[in-house]
Amino acid sequence: MKLSGEVAGDMLVVRVDEARIDAAGAIQFKERMREVTHNGPARVVLDLSNVGFLDSSGLGAVVAVMKLLMPSRKLELAGLTPSVEKVFRLTRMDSVFAIHPTVPGALRDAG
Amino acid sequence: MQFTQPCPVPCVTPAEDVPPQQNAGGRVLIAQLAFPATFIAVRDALAALVAGPILADVSTDAKAMAELVLAEAMNNIVEHAYANTAAGEITLTLWQSEGEVACRITDRGVAMPKEELPSGRLPDPAARAELPEGGFGWFLIRTLSRDLRYARHGNLNELTFVLGDAQSQPCENTVSA
Repeated sequence: MKLSGEVAGDMLVVRVDEARIDAAGAIQFKERMREVTHNGPARVVLDLSNVGFLDSSGLGAVVAVMKLLMPSRKLELAGLTPSVEKVFRLTRMDSVFAIHPTVPGALRDAG
Repeated sequence: MQFTQPCPVPCVTPAEDVPPQQNAGGRVLIAQLAFPATFIAVRDALAALVAGPILADVSTDAKAMAELVLAEAMNNIVEHAYANTAAGEITLTLWQSEGEVACRITDRGVAMPKEELPSGRLPDPAARAELPEGGFGWFLIRTLSRDLRYARHGNLNELTFVLGDAQSQPCENTVSA
C-alpha cells in the first residue's frame, strides 16, 4: 500500500498511490495511515485522486482512520474520483467528512 | 480462473449446481469463473471481468457499480462464509438478457445467519465517534442490485441478483431493513 505524507502549511496531506482500496488492501491502508499520520498537523487531508475503486472494506478503513485521529485531529478527503465519490454519497458518509474537489490550497499534482 | 465463450446456457450447465429455473428465459451465459475464496483472487477475478469484453458495452458508471456490487458479495463470502480460511471456492456466473446482466454467486461455506439475507441497514452518519468500520457492504449490494435472492441448497450458498440500481425500477422482492 503506497502512501506518502507531506506537511503543507497547516495540513498533513497524505496521498494514496494505489488504484484501489479494497478488501485485499484495507488493513494495510489502515496500518500505513497510522504510521504516516503518527505526527504532524491536526488537519489531515487524504488525497484520493489516484484511487478509482473503494469498496465497503476501504470505506470502513477510512472511517477507522478518522476515528483513530479523533478527537484532537481531523480527517478530510480530497480528489474523489466518480466511483469513490458515489460510494461516499450512497452510504451518506459524505456527510461525515469534509470533502474537497482537490487538495485545498494546492495545485493538483499532474504526476 | 476460466472464462467460457458466449454460448446458450444449456450447453455448459454444471448439472449439480444450477437449479432448473436458472436456465429459463433465453438468457445467454457470458461468463463463468471459479476461483479460491481469497480477497486477492476476488480482486483478480474482478480485474479480468472489468478488462474483458463482458462488460464492454456497459457505461463507465454502471461498470464501476457492477464491480462494486460483485466485490461486496464475493468479499463477504471470503470473510464470512469461509471465515478467511482460504479453504473454499467461489463461482461466479453471469448471464445477459435484454440488456441486463444477471449474476449467480455460489460457495460451500457456512450459511447466512438464519439462512436469510442481512438487512443492510446503514449506520447513522451522525454518530461519528461510534461509526462502525463495517456494515456498509449489504447496504451497497441492496442499493446496486435488483431481484436479490439468497438460497441454501444442501451445503451450497446461492446468491442471485440483476446488476442495476435498485431504485431505477420497482422491485416487489425488496426486503425492508
